[in-house]
Amino acid sequence: MNWTANDFHIILVGGLCAMACALPGTFLLLRRMSMMGDAISHAVLPGLAIAFLISGSRANIWMFLGAAIAGILTALFTQWITRFGKVERGAAMGIVFTTLFAIGLVLIRKAADHVDLDAACVLYGALEYTPLNMVTLFENETSFFAVPRAALVIGATLLFNVLIIALFYKEFKLAAFDPGLAHTLGFRPQFMHYLLMTMVAVTTVAAFEAVGSIIVIAMLIVPPATAFLLTRNLPTLIIVSLIVAVLSAILGQIASHIPPLLGLPDTTSSGMIATTAGFLFLLAWLFGPEGLIKKQSKQLEIPHFD
Amino acid sequence: MTWELLSETLRLEHYNTRLVVFGVAFLGATAGLVGSFLLLRKQSLLGDALSHATLPGIGIAFAVMAAMGLSGKSLPGLLIGATITGLLGVLLVLAIRKTTRLKDDAAMGIVLSVFFGLGVAILKMVERIPGQSAAGLDGFIYGKTASMIWSDFVLIAIILLITIIVTIAILKELTLLCFDADFSSAQGWPTLWLDIILMALVTAVTVIGLQAVGLILVIAFLITPPTAARFWTNRLGWMLFLSATIGAISGWLGVSISALYSNLPAGAIIVIAAAIIFLFSMIFGTARGVLPRYFRHLQLQRKVGRQHLLRSTYEILENTQNGEPLKNLPISMDLLRKHRYWGKGELPRLIRQGRSEDHVERQPSGELRLSESGFGEASRITRNHRLWELYLIKYADIAPTHVDRDADMVEHLLGAEIVHQLEAELDLSKPTIDSPHAIEPTEHELQTRPTTKIPPP
Repeated sequence: MNWTANDFHIILVGGLCAMACALPGTFLLLRRMSMMGDAISHAVLPGLAIAFLISGSRANIWMFLGAAIAGILTALFTQWITRFGKVERGAAMGIVFTTLFAIGLVLIRKAADHVDLDAACVLYGALEYTPLNMVTLFENETSFFAVPRAALVIGATLLFNVLIIALFYKEFKLAAFDPGLAHTLGFRPQFMHYLLMTMVAVTTVAAFEAVGSIIVIAMLIVPPATAFLLTRNLPTLIIVSLIVAVLSAILGQIASHIPPLLGLPDTTSSGMIATTAGFLFLLAWLFGPEGLIKKQSKQLEIPHFD
Repeated sequence: MTWELLSETLRLEHYNTRLVVFGVAFLGATAGLVGSFLLLRKQSLLGDALSHATLPGIGIAFAVMAAMGLSGKSLPGLLIGATITGLLGVLLVLAIRKTTRLKDDAAMGIVLSVFFGLGVAILKMVERIPGQSAAGLDGFIYGKTASMIWSDFVLIAIILLITIIVTIAILKELTLLCFDADFSSAQGWPTLWLDIILMALVTAVTVIGLQAVGLILVIAFLITPPTAARFWTNRLGWMLFLSATIGAISGWLGVSISALYSNLPAGAIIVIAAAIIFLFSMIFGTARGVLPRYFRHLQLQRKVGRQHLLRSTYEILENTQNGEPLKNLPISMDLLRKHRYWGKGELPRLIRQGRSEDHVERQPSGELRLSESGFGEASRITRNHRLWELYLIKYADIAPTHVDRDADMVEHLLGAEIVHQLEAELDLSKPTIDSPHAIEPTEHELQTRPTTKIPPP
């Protein structure tokens, strides 16, 4: 196995990123809005493109801002269409993010005409193919600074998420389980909703550059869902989903070394991390306390009651 | 852009433009049709999960075909692979939803992200298979509309035909499934199989759409046209027709515009065209659009307000006079203000409205008086209101203290015909009946009540 220091860096960044995503993901899951992460991560494209057109360079604070604003707008537009048009939330979300994504594609194509912009860089780099950039980021020892920077950005995001959730834990909990009660008690579930959306948008965008959207979407949804099958207690849910997130990063990175051992070509870390998260979910689904296997044996037990 | 180019594009003079326009329009129509059922089944985002789940299938199919010594990029092979993992993904969504406490959104999200991750991992491996160029496989992610060829077109046309036939064949069952799945399964319909047939149709559309508009944008084709159509009608048949038409029109618009301006990705323009149609429908749609709904709301508010004003005036007349018949006297604003609760600025607004409708008139003294038609209307409204109260108390077993609120609402909603029926049922012959739970006249009203019979004005 070709295990190097790069792997530890990947695990470090991937693990931090997974935890940063799993935190807001837990509350998304409880509010039945898991698909929001998917929607936001697609919809940031026009934000990236506009920020690039204005500032003329990639990977700076403007890109981050543009993407974060686009992310929050996604949540806002979805809310408006749901409320004023009385459209089901899933459909509203689908319309908003596909439209924003399409606008992003057009903008990038147009931008490539006038500005010296590598369209594929934004398109693939920022969306599906970021992990390719990430591996080179770590391979080269001279650009040592690149490694801590990605980890720093993600680490800061994780810290931001931990702080927000620690500060508003009670409010988030109430808004997640009973928005009606939260409203009557004066906790303003609408505000909590947009705070959560901001968290998701910021996390998505911050994690983009380093790891690509695949890990972001997967880590927003899969670890909380896995934990959800294992516990019914909120603090435990959060902790277990963090553990699942870190495990996915570690095991995923190890798994990405398996294909070459079997004589197959190399693959990407982020794809494998997402796949591993799915595998962990499968385990919980089958063997968890409420898993399929337990259910099966319970059903067999029933005849003994009489 | 020149006129020549415009007319060339609009008249579909080029074989290639013609092919792509018809292909994409057919695709839009099919997606609009199938998407309508998805929307009504509240499963719109399933297309999202499904389209992402096709990616590993494409990668695996490429690898398998390459291993068999064929060209890895044979389209039918890739599409078969996409269909298999797409269906697998959808079945997993159904299974997760059925066997765990997780809800739709989480089930879809898990399948979407894990399959997509797996797909990217597999594509990455496939790219490095020696002797095979996998370049262009990622075209499935963003689509390559302009490169549509005759065989693609035929494939789309066949899928459209099959979709229409299946939809017509099981329209009744699908309708039942969409509007009341529980009832449908209680009636003994195989809901699981109906769901699977629906998903198979969605899969077919998604897979065909993959290479035309790409993995992300095909989702829009499934969601946007039906949602736009829903604003215009409450009837399923119309909705299906409209949704298919909107899908076809946005496809045609998108392709034409991207043919006119170079360097515009057709897939994206199609989605934007559909989104513009959606926005227009959301604002102006006659059945559920924002503006029509707002106007209907205003109308109802006017009606309710008018009834409140007239009934209050009538009740004050009753309270301030003793003896029949009731005379239409002017009443002071003060009495009216204290008779019931009025919202801020509501009373002046209602009086303005009443004057414009010629129901009330201002006396020079500042007092308010019902007009001839207003008096008749007020008497009718008051009578209807009391009929309802009586009906609710006698037949619906509602505590008298709770009646008034309900009476208000029902009275505003029901027409004269039902009221006549009620009247007959209750066997009432008096032109006006006493309130079954009369509110005591206010102190003010009692003070104004004369001790002797007042002379006619």
